[in-house]
Amino acid sequence: MTTIDDFRRETQAWLEANCPPSMRTPMPDGELVWGGRTVEFKTEDQRLWFEHMRDKGWFCPDWPAEYGGGGLSPEQNAVLESEMRRLHCRPPQINLGIWMLGPVVLEFGSEEQKRELITPMARGEIRWCQGFSEPNAGSDLASLKTSAVDAGDHFLVNGTKIWTSYGDKSDWMYMLVRTDANVPKQQGISLLVVDMKSPGIEARPIDLISGRSSFCQVFFDNVKVPKRQLVGPLNGGWTLAKALLQHERRAMSKFGEFSLPNHVDLLSVAARYLPPADAASTADVALRTRALAMAMDEHAYTLTAQRMGEEARARQDVSGLMAIMKLVHSEQEKDKLEVLLDVMGHRALGWEDEAFDSSELALTRAWLGSFAQTIAGGSSEVQLNVIAKRVLGLPEGKQGK
Amino acid sequence: MSLVYSEEQRLLADTAAEFLQARSPVVAQRRLRDEGAAAGFDDALWKEMVGMGWSAIPFPENLGGLAFGCMGLGAVFEAVGRNLAATPLLSSIVLGGTLIELAGSEAQQAEWMPLLISGDKRIALALDEHPRHDPVTTALRAERRDTGYVLQGEKVFVADGKGADAFVVVARTSGAPGEHEGLSLFVVPAATPGLNVSAMGMIDSRNHARLRLNDVHVDAGALLGAEGQAWAALEAALDRGRVCLAAELLGMTQSLFDTTVEYLKTRVQFDVPIGSFQALQHRAAWCYAHLHLARSAVMAGLAAMDDPTLDAAGRARLASLAKWKAGDVAHRISREAVQMHGGMGVTDELDVGLFLKRIRVAQALLGDGDFHVQRYSDVTPVEA
Repeated sequence: MTTIDDFRRETQAWLEANCPPSMRTPMPDGELVWGGRTVEFKTEDQRLWFEHMRDKGWFCPDWPAEYGGGGLSPEQNAVLESEMRRLHCRPPQINLGIWMLGPVVLEFGSEEQKRELITPMARGEIRWCQGFSEPNAGSDLASLKTSAVDAGDHFLVNGTKIWTSYGDKSDWMYMLVRTDANVPKQQGISLLVVDMKSPGIEARPIDLISGRSSFCQVFFDNVKVPKRQLVGPLNGGWTLAKALLQHERRAMSKFGEFSLPNHVDLLSVAARYLPPADAASTADVALRTRALAMAMDEHAYTLTAQRMGEEARARQDVSGLMAIMKLVHSEQEKDKLEVLLDVMGHRALGWEDEAFDSSELALTRAWLGSFAQTIAGGSSEVQLNVIAKRVLGLPEGKQGK
Repeated sequence: MSLVYSEEQRLLADTAAEFLQARSPVVAQRRLRDEGAAAGFDDALWKEMVGMGWSAIPFPENLGGLAFGCMGLGAVFEAVGRNLAATPLLSSIVLGGTLIELAGSEAQQAEWMPLLISGDKRIALALDEHPRHDPVTTALRAERRDTGYVLQGEKVFVADGKGADAFVVVARTSGAPGEHEGLSLFVVPAATPGLNVSAMGMIDSRNHARLRLNDVHVDAGALLGAEGQAWAALEAALDRGRVCLAAELLGMTQSLFDTTVEYLKTRVQFDVPIGSFQALQHRAAWCYAHLHLARSAVMAGLAAMDDPTLDAAGRARLASLAKWKAGDVAHRISREAVQMHGGMGVTDELDVGLFLKRIRVAQALLGDGDFHVQRYSDVTPVEA
């Protein structure tokens, strides 16, 4: 029997041998690898790292080996995570399916579904997208209207989903549909998985204020979905949706521990665009002070992500911490970019031209893009409701259910 | 560097919380205030804290300490804050004791450390001279005369100064205000002729003092560390003090927040608990989020003091982050606590006001938010 120390030694050796050195560097923008039918690699090392981890079953290290997972115990998984952090290993791939749908299928899916869905997922063969929001069901997700009508051996799906990230590039979608319109809204929802190649599906990218985006609106016109693609009980989808969103928060929080691309260092931007201290006006000093306070708050957030990781590994309850992370991060990013805009003046207002350098143009887009972050994935107001009610236990108000 | 308490540290935190809740709850602080206790704390209780080993926590074993580190101390200070407990732990141990530890000669250590750790004597740090803390502006002169020095000037906002047995006085032996070089430390016994100590009655009803030094003669043995070279030790001691104070602020803020959330659940207006109003829920939720950020900053500040891999600038950076964020969040939450308690929040009957007052003093002590933003900037390397 191998002890956890043996496992740590073996894992170290394996990572040293199988993670190419270039995959142990901070990931530049645009170098995320998305698993799927048409996975694309920018470098040979990306491909190697992807294949080694896939063949080891370590895309999903703690999933059962019989479905293609790594079969690791929670302790072993924690060791693997800590060793990957120590070596600065990049995530070998990003896949919504593994983060969100997988754990729910493992918990609620049938044996047949586990074999059909989990195994290719664990090998990074399918790129998944999410169909939750609709034009008239945003924060009030349960009011969704896209319908799935019983048509014998299949459902007939009609309606539209919006804010689906990479809807045009994904292979399959997991989606919430209305299967009963005559009961309280949470009780008539089901979870389906759908092949995006099915006839009747069209995904259209959405232009945002920041330009072309990964968000799509997806239209369903009499799409046939075989009944075996219903996950969990009919009309039991709301429970699964809540579980999915919890996995999302957990995944997002783990992601926060990696160094993310696009990180702009406030203080170096301030140093570049503001005059030196001996030539600074009162306004320059005030701007610099705002940039500093913002950088310090950002530092406190980074430390909070680190603390959450440590507390989770020490088996402490981190549900309260998890509830604040998305709220704080997205609001901070918005504030930070506004400070940067003020520091950079018109240099941060370029749209497309050689008059601006690429980092300036990227900052403008990041600022415009930041507005979506406090809306998508549960708006800040929804996050605050969750904290108030579930974490602080404040009483339910009179607002609608 | 870990941002969570270890098993032993958590045990200490629990013991401290239990002890203070039983022996030094907020009502005891109210009594101290109403009785106008000059020391600002209960000496018998202080001796009990000493008995529990708290005064030995940060010091190395060869000086009679427990070498339990600032993280351990932070666990105690958080409990101190939660109970609004008054103790000379910060003034005499964290500030006074650390300066003896870091700057003192073997003889000075041998003379003072046992007395401080046993609680038999107290030392207070006499540093500030202006309305706002900024050590580099120190102007109080110490001139060489004969074999010793003569000190001339005034010190204010000296924590636990009344009744202290001696003071570590920060003085300028050369250079001008604004320069790090030229600062020296002197141990000046309270009974030294020319030294006048008077109380500064402040909103937190603690012991704060003003020192007037009029031709105060001390011999060369009073000098702590090398003449003119006090800056490094002073900064190190102040940083320990700052993170401990940040932990106290965190404890106070947590207590105030918990009380306020409880009030939101029980206070009924318009036939419903006021905590069901979304306007209040969202403000409370934001307070909760900021409290977490403050906790992370405080834990990092405490851990930094114990981390031998960090240099002085690295420690300073995290200490200033901790003091700034803890003060900032304490400020936000104390304002909300008063407002959300409505009319009752501005009465002396509730404890909310006692916390508000101590928080405001702790914010100013050892550097306010603006000071620490500046300092964080001074010690943060910027990539070009």
